[in-house]
Amino acid sequence: MTRLKTLGCALATTLMLGLPASAALAKDTGYIFVSSENDNAVTVLDGKSFQVVKAIPTGERPRDMKLSADREQIFVIASNSERVDVIDIAKLEVVRSIDVGEDPEMFDFSKDGSKIFVSNEEDAAVSVVDVAGNTVTAQVEVGEEPEGVLVSKDGNRLYVTSEVANMVHVIDTATNEILANVVVGNRPRRFADTPDGSEVWVTNELGASVTVLDAKNNTIKETISFEPKGFRSDDVTPVGITMTRDGKTAYVTLGRANHFAVVDVASRQIKDYVLVGNRAWGVTLSRDESMLVVVNGLSDDISLVDTKTNKVLRSVPVGRVPHTAVIDD
Amino acid sequence: MSLRALMHTALAASLLLFALAAGAAEVIRFGYLELNKDARYDERKAFFRTLSRPFGPPYAGAEVALREARFVGQALGVSFDLVRACGADAPALVAELDKLHAEGVRYFLIDAPGKVVAEVAAATRGRALLLFNVSAPDDALRQAQCQAHLYHTLPNHGMQTDAIAQFLVFKKWRNVLLLQGPLDDDKLIGAAFENSARRLGLKIVAKKDFVLSNDPRQRELGNVGLLTAGADYDVVFVADSDGEFARSVPYDTVLPRPVVGAEGLVAEAWHWAWPRHGAPQLTSRFEKQAKRHMGSADWAAWIAVKSVVEAVVRTGNAPFDNLVAYLGGEDITIDGFKGNRLYFRDWDRQLRQPLLIATHNAVIERAPIAGFLHQTNNMDTLGFDRRDSQCKP
Repeated sequence: MTRLKTLGCALATTLMLGLPASAALAKDTGYIFVSSENDNAVTVLDGKSFQVVKAIPTGERPRDMKLSADREQIFVIASNSERVDVIDIAKLEVVRSIDVGEDPEMFDFSKDGSKIFVSNEEDAAVSVVDVAGNTVTAQVEVGEEPEGVLVSKDGNRLYVTSEVANMVHVIDTATNEILANVVVGNRPRRFADTPDGSEVWVTNELGASVTVLDAKNNTIKETISFEPKGFRSDDVTPVGITMTRDGKTAYVTLGRANHFAVVDVASRQIKDYVLVGNRAWGVTLSRDESMLVVVNGLSDDISLVDTKTNKVLRSVPVGRVPHTAVIDD
Repeated sequence: MSLRALMHTALAASLLLFALAAGAAEVIRFGYLELNKDARYDERKAFFRTLSRPFGPPYAGAEVALREARFVGQALGVSFDLVRACGADAPALVAELDKLHAEGVRYFLIDAPGKVVAEVAAATRGRALLLFNVSAPDDALRQAQCQAHLYHTLPNHGMQTDAIAQFLVFKKWRNVLLLQGPLDDDKLIGAAFENSARRLGLKIVAKKDFVLSNDPRQRELGNVGLLTAGADYDVVFVADSDGEFARSVPYDTVLPRPVVGAEGLVAEAWHWAWPRHGAPQLTSRFEKQAKRHMGSADWAAWIAVKSVVEAVVRTGNAPFDNLVAYLGGEDITIDGFKGNRLYFRDWDRQLRQPLLIATHNAVIERAPIAGFLHQTNNMDTLGFDRRDSQCKP
């Protein structure tokens, strides 16, 4: 018995030592990373077996996450610790933290990756953070409860929603000045943009709709309403949104309606409504866009969807109150 | 430059911007009417913090909403302002209102007990103005005393007792002991609960009057043990607007039974512990402003200002009549941070809304509770539905 134990220990040590050596191979691990607001951790799932590989401890209340441009790191907002934690994918641990101001919620990278733009929910501000220098270099005052953050494809524009002012703020990334305030639907949340950058889509949580903005003139081009069968409009609360790389299809999660919508971008037609878990918010496509991951905040699981058939393949339990999924495939 | 210095610079710059904008912009002013002395906010009474008393006057709620409106006002070329006016009684408040109305103020929040609200509303009927009742829960204000220009953002007693009754049905705690106090408001709450019990099929196994007294000759009325002995019941509902008696009921009942109504578990428009739909941010903004927790009347004052701001934004600051039609209509989306789109009932101008069923430090449920359905809007299972309405302004 004692021998076995010792052996197990030795084995573990070898594995630990093995990790740095395999660092070069750590890219494209296939892992699915899911932030869990109430666990202060990011859950790591194997991309094939969907078993939990590890729960990486982070700052308090981890929410929005994104891969770095080189895909070797994951940046995760730790709202209640007022910082962004940087996870090294090879090590599966937080390797450094960046202070980003009070109550951060979502963020995006500047085009060159040197800066991040962070919405500070309680401060009614967007912080401009120098990643290398670890410092907030500017704060732009916006409407109360800023949430969604998007940097345009050309890197020149920063879009931020204010949930309370019901606005999209359009900010010049060179000067940090607000160029336009566009009143959209009620409680605007998050963004997606078309590959040519001509349209910015924003979800309106109250109002069951997406507003399509003309990115050139900062005007409203169209409003797309969601009416899944069997739901009253008031119970349809769109929050998450993502778009395929070819800009043909958008996926919009409908929150309390426990569905997501598949939208044909060109025709604005809703092609399908798919049942997922409780309070579907976060939504992420795999790199080859064959799989969609939907994060169900109030059923503590994620739904894995085949994008060819729009069928849910399986749902996988993760941590408590999951927020965002990132796939390293 | 330090972050703090940077923020101050940014703030100063933006204030300058507002000042410039304000020079050209139309100013939309809100009047806030309150009594010089309002017993409901008596600090000496409030110190023991029962669940049925407010933490303080709700003026700070209106201030928070005003601050939230800065950006959207700027985009529209309007700015919002708030004027506080006090009086000793209803006629004095009407005089203050007249003064402000002559200066062009059209939107008034009234923070006063039900009787005063009814008097001010009756004295101002037919005028081009709106009155938002933010702190009087009296059912009568939504029924016989209703007025076309009187809007209610605070839930009424009937909404609160319906919410509690739904919760009791949901838990299968159907047999209720009702304890009712001697004050007029206690009787109104007791009557509202009896009505809710009838509607939802709860059984009131006994109804007993209580008094706040240590007099041995009145012990049948003053002693919680004696009041809760006898018949069996699942739960005790205490109708106590003052709260001093109710706070001594939990854990003092003869049978081990939960207490609801004025203590233990209450149904409120707002609770500082509500964690969803952006609530923590609102609560935190309020706490910075008022240096205390946020309660129902605070929320009601906040949402009253927000309702007008929303109507101003969506109508492009339309003329008063058009703006009021939109404000009271079906198309408006009022965001109360409770998950639902809120809008006013056209039959009595009560804001339909979910209620938070809460203890001292946790929200246990949100009413309407799942399964309580309504043919048009489930929120209309709370309070006076169209068919119950006696409102004929």
